Amino acid sequence: MDALTVKNVSKRYTNHTALDSVSITIPEQSIYGLLGPNGAGKTTLIRIINQIINSDGGEISIFGERLSPKHVEIIGYLPEERGLYKKMKIGDQLLYLAQLKGLSRSDAHARIKTWLDKFEIRDWWNKKVEDLSKGMAQKVQFISTVMHEPKLIILDEPFSGFDPVNAQLITEQILGLKERGSTIIFSTHRMETVESLCDHIALINKSKKILEGPKKQVKAQYKTNTFIVEHRGNHFTLPLEKYEIVKQEILEDDLYSTTLKVADNIKGNQVIREIIDLTEVHSFQEKIPSMADIFISLVKGEGDEALRKHLLEV
Amino acid sequence: MNKIWLIIQREFLNRVMKKSFLITTILVPLIFPAIIGGLIYVAVKEEKSAKPNLVQVLDESKKINFEDTKTFIFQPLNTSLEEAKKTYNLSKDFALLYIPDFDINKPEGMVLYTKENPSIEKVGDLESYIQNKLHDLKLKEYQIDEATLKSLRPRVSLKQFNISDTGEEKSSNSGILYGLGFGLGILIYMFVLIYGIQIMQGVIDEKSSKVVEIIVSSVKPFQLMLGKIIGIASVGLLQFTIWIILITVLSSGTLAYFGLKMPQKQMMEQMTKQMDNNPEVKEAMNQQNSMINEVLGNISEIPIGKIVFVFIFYFLGGYLLYGALFAAVGSAVDSQQEAQQFQFPITLPLLIGYMGLFMFILRDPHGPVSFWLSVIPFTSPVAMVGRIAFGVPDWQLAVSMILLIGGFLLTTWIAGRIYRVGILMTGTKINYKVLAKWFMTKV
Repeated sequence: MDALTVKNVSKRYTNHTALDSVSITIPEQSIYGLLGPNGAGKTTLIRIINQIINSDGGEISIFGERLSPKHVEIIGYLPEERGLYKKMKIGDQLLYLAQLKGLSRSDAHARIKTWLDKFEIRDWWNKKVEDLSKGMAQKVQFISTVMHEPKLIILDEPFSGFDPVNAQLITEQILGLKERGSTIIFSTHRMETVESLCDHIALINKSKKILEGPKKQVKAQYKTNTFIVEHRGNHFTLPLEKYEIVKQEILEDDLYSTTLKVADNIKGNQVIREIIDLTEVHSFQEKIPSMADIFISLVKGEGDEALRKHLLEV
Repeated sequence: MNKIWLIIQREFLNRVMKKSFLITTILVPLIFPAIIGGLIYVAVKEEKSAKPNLVQVLDESKKINFEDTKTFIFQPLNTSLEEAKKTYNLSKDFALLYIPDFDINKPEGMVLYTKENPSIEKVGDLESYIQNKLHDLKLKEYQIDEATLKSLRPRVSLKQFNISDTGEEKSSNSGILYGLGFGLGILIYMFVLIYGIQIMQGVIDEKSSKVVEIIVSSVKPFQLMLGKIIGIASVGLLQFTIWIILITVLSSGTLAYFGLKMPQKQMMEQMTKQMDNNPEVKEAMNQQNSMINEVLGNISEIPIGKIVFVFIFYFLGGYLLYGALFAAVGSAVDSQQEAQQFQFPITLPLLIGYMGLFMFILRDPHGPVSFWLSVIPFTSPVAMVGRIAFGVPDWQLAVSMILLIGGFLLTTWIAGRIYRVGILMTGTKINYKVLAKWFMTKV
């Protein structure tokens, strides 16, 4: 079963269209990256899923049921603009938010204790948010998002404001939540996060979805059959109808790096076979486009040919 | 419903558990009586310890017979004005009063010389002293004695009765009704304004700290708004109840100690002494006693139960009506300063009700302006409560109450529509057009 399916969802304001018939499918227990430049409509989509605003049309179902107010209890939401009650004690604040998510008081109490232990901040219960640093407040905010063990967790830029140590801590917790069965939606600009964590992605640009699928598949789709060879000795000749030297640079005295674009029907092994006798090969690897590359070229609105060219050059 | 209850709880406890709440709730009823008491104490002490002022008098007319009073000691002079000024300058006396020969029908040319600017009060005292003396002179001229004069001005006090439709007579006293209307009207005005602004402040805090987006991912914006309004209302009710109890206990306690016990005993002793040898005082005393009885009687005639009910109804109705509007303003702006331009238009009708209370309702409780003020929902909370003690026909009360219920449902609906958009909008330049647009948008 899919965790969330969004079908033809649109949202129009008087002066602009925020979402134009967007459809996405989020598989259960996946980490789903929702990508897109600023103002593309990601936040609007997230707010619609959270039922903070309504869509103008389209259908949303969550774990097979039509999305309705009772589902707020199985969703955890970390908005990009973080916020807590500044003058409220952290323990009371988490209790309040947990109860709004439908937990009983005693249940909430126990879970908050567990989470405070996990982050080793047990003694923060009586502290106020205004006395915490930004990073510390972020931890509390993260706990408030996941303490009710929601089946669907929506994280908007979850790592902003965290130092590397805490970012690692949060990453572990996110993976742990996934292991325990949660589905996670990531909205982010940070491509290294997408590369390392997401297994599915969707790209939204100018209120339209322009790309969706499993990360591996997307990358394969934009593969250009290009290989990078590091070798000693400059000269080798290849049958030009099948091989094209895109780029060649000198690394050291006699060490070169050559980027080869080969015809679509030729596999990597064949390329190795061909060049192994021509030069002293030091390394050989297939050039796979990074998510950042795909993101940038798609958002720039370049045509398919231009895109391929861009992907070759970077 | 359960979630609204959680919100109400948070809004209530979060305010009530604060030290500042405890302090204001307990200190306000103590501070005001303490300040007033302190001032009176100092004033009384000063008056007692004040020495009479010495006034040198150069009376060329020789018509006035200056006798020393509590505040002034008069020292007659027999020199020329020039010389008098010189000697006055050397002295430390309060003033030099110069009275030329004057025509009693047209007393002119009197001058008061002082070294510093004297207080208006003292000059006034001196003026009325001279006036009284001239008054006496005139009486003498017309050959009228004091007794005749008194009999010319008998005291009249109208006993008031309301005749109801059934012909039943009820005595009434507009003085008490005036005080009651005045007090209750101001109480509602203050309550709506103080706690309305608290709602606005609360909404602005939630919006500027961004916590609102998390909350509305769990509850509907309308639930959040309603929970906040009701939560703050309970804080207000609690605070007012504590104030009323404290003030009643304190003031009756103080009255019992200072006001009634000691002076009354002394007074009674004095009066019985005087009464024995003065029939006039005896008569005055009897008159006073009957007046007190009348007032007490009138108080018991006022339908307290009805007034309390009406007061609580308009108290809550007015608060809900304005509270929703304050919430809408809070949701639209990003800061307290920005809120000010919208705060004025919504407090204006409240202010009109408040002014109307003094200008129309207390003077002419049954006039057309009073009627409309007490029926229109925006002014009725202050106006009707001010008017109720004077007796309002039941149909008017019913119309006013129904309109108030309709009024707050309407403002809550309008405010809710602005609120749900406003809380998620930051950095927008707000004007009425934008608010109207928000009101119209589908969310």
